[in-house]
Amino acid sequence: MKTMTPFNIWKNISGSKLFFSFAALVSIFLFDLIFIPNFFAIQLRDGNLYGNVIDIMRSASTVCILAIGMTLVIATGGVDLSVGAVMAISASVAALMMNPYVMAKTLSAETQRLINDPTFTFAPFGSVIIAALVVAVICGLWNGILVAYFNIPAMVATLILMISGRGIAQLITNGIRIQIFYEPFSYIANLWLIIPLPIYIVAFMLVLTWFLTRKTAMGMFIESVGANSRSSFYSGLDEKFIKLLVYAFCGFCAGVAGLIASSNIKTSDANNIGLLLELDAILAVVIGGNMMSGGRFTLLGSVIGALVMQATKISMYNLGVPANAVMAIQGAVVLFVILFYSKQVREF
Amino acid sequence: MGTLNITKAKKRLSNSNLLFIIAAVIFVLMYLFSIISFPGSFMQFQTFFDLFNLNAPLIIMTLGLCIVMIGGGIDISIGAVCGLVTMACAVLLESEMGSLWGALLLALGIGIAFGLLQGYLIAYLEIQPFIVTLAGLFLANGLLTTLHKDPINVTRPDFVALRDFDIVIPWLGTKNRLDIFIPCEIKPGVIVVVVLVALIAVLMKWSRFGRNVYAVGGNSQSAMMLGINVKRTVFLTYVICGLTAGIAGFVFIMTTGAGNIGNAAGFEIKAIASAIIGGTLLNGGVGNLLGAPIGVLTLLIINELIRAAGVQSNFQAIISGLLLYLFIVLQSVIMSLRDKSKFKLALPPWLKLPWVKDRKDAGTKG
Repeated sequence: MKTMTPFNIWKNISGSKLFFSFAALVSIFLFDLIFIPNFFAIQLRDGNLYGNVIDIMRSASTVCILAIGMTLVIATGGVDLSVGAVMAISASVAALMMNPYVMAKTLSAETQRLINDPTFTFAPFGSVIIAALVVAVICGLWNGILVAYFNIPAMVATLILMISGRGIAQLITNGIRIQIFYEPFSYIANLWLIIPLPIYIVAFMLVLTWFLTRKTAMGMFIESVGANSRSSFYSGLDEKFIKLLVYAFCGFCAGVAGLIASSNIKTSDANNIGLLLELDAILAVVIGGNMMSGGRFTLLGSVIGALVMQATKISMYNLGVPANAVMAIQGAVVLFVILFYSKQVREF
Repeated sequence: MGTLNITKAKKRLSNSNLLFIIAAVIFVLMYLFSIISFPGSFMQFQTFFDLFNLNAPLIIMTLGLCIVMIGGGIDISIGAVCGLVTMACAVLLESEMGSLWGALLLALGIGIAFGLLQGYLIAYLEIQPFIVTLAGLFLANGLLTTLHKDPINVTRPDFVALRDFDIVIPWLGTKNRLDIFIPCEIKPGVIVVVVLVALIAVLMKWSRFGRNVYAVGGNSQSAMMLGINVKRTVFLTYVICGLTAGIAGFVFIMTTGAGNIGNAAGFEIKAIASAIIGGTLLNGGVGNLLGAPIGVLTLLIINELIRAAGVQSNFQAIISGLLLYLFIVLQSVIMSLRDKSKFKLALPPWLKLPWVKDRKDAGTKG
């Protein structure tokens, strides 16, 4: 019979998957509390909340959503390097559908007026969103088919779309950076309902994914495929189909993230939307305590991991560290956190 | 006694050599194709040498990456480390205490430092290589931009002399339109490439360390059973990879003569793609070091061809992605044909063509 000694409780807590990511987040916030005055100040303006913490959550939203999809992919033992490119593709599709007139070489006065009109959209708003997400899911399916059915290593298979994806995104908009004037589209990232809309979207995606994986058998299937895909095949799972689904879902998440990112800057910038975000997402997943080799996963951990990355960034900005150095500090923080996931260090 | 008949055992080509030969054949075919389609430019020897001149850093980096990949790992920090080295060298050379040898030492030092750090974390602390080198990429990139924001043009006379130094081959060259003979020129970086290729190929082929890397990459568990020090072998692969990234950085600045934030950005992806085209498998244990330069050259020729054909720049990325895909599929087809297993795509039932019947099904039914 186990007694609840303080030692046992500590062991339970520190053995939890969420412990290190949570500890990292808390220690960053402690650091802020000591060194940056008024870091946690939150202002109430017009009934909406503004402040550093809100800012962290808002700007981390794209990486959070990417990390949710990436968690499932990594849980099956794969990795998806193409999410950044898929973000750019979905943003380009959305921008093109809202405003195809910019593609013309010469613009008449009438179309010029339409382009700058904040209430004009070529395709209805709902179909724009759906089309962008469908294209993103197709990209995910392409990855999934390559990985699951052609048995190409995940890193190579998604590398292909990573290289060619930005070209495709540029091809869609013909290399033009399309500015988006349509007002409702900019609400996706810039609307504040007490807290910004992207936070609700992250929460919705998290709950949705949690429900899909933990309240159905799907999560267990994914973990089983990641732990040993051959033995799950012999126990009757269609492991290839599960992999396909997971990559498609990751594409879907990248599509949502792409919409948020392009709505934030009101432009579809095929070159820069989601640039290097695939790396951020992978790091977030790993900080969250998920193994790259697959197996058990925790969605909440990945979201906390994304928050750790963003909190580091914003704290450094607040300290007055130049933006150039922040990436180095992020790298150091990541190295430090993943040290604790090593068996040798844990036993030490 | 000389009558003893020695029948040589029939040797089977190893996977590494087979993939290398395929890569080499593809390269030759690509080059022939480009000569046929653009005889004006690709016939000149200088075009061929320029492929080396301008891309020596990429080839050097790919060599290091190949060793890591044969050992079953991956290193995606090399591009950022190379960029960091160029910037650090430029800053040092422009400062008062700078010297060429100092810059060379600095380049090697930075490369080895990253190699040691990442190798230790990966080999001895057993953290996933992808993650460690990803963090290394962030670290190197951040340090690069922290060091200096703006491009630095190195103006030291001895460095400029080194930068502009060309090895002229007087007996090889082309005549231009005015019938003036222009000899071919080779940058000193190419010599570094040739020496390194020879050195590392010999190291991987005949040294104990090289054979250990193949064994570890093929199956680290059984390599350990054989008494190979797996951790030290893996550690050393990353150190060598860091070292080559450092050398690549020095060659890079020797060619361009400037430190810039954008230096060598995205080279890691190019290097991985080249290594794969050159016949090094991501799973580890298979690969030929001579494939590294071949892979780089194939990738470059694809890009040159696309450029020469005047294709819109948006298509370039797509086409190189698709060609990469073709190579990978080709490799996997050949590898499975080799294993004497019938090659079949493991397609799901709903993607299968209705008129293609599974042989197994037909057998059980009939």
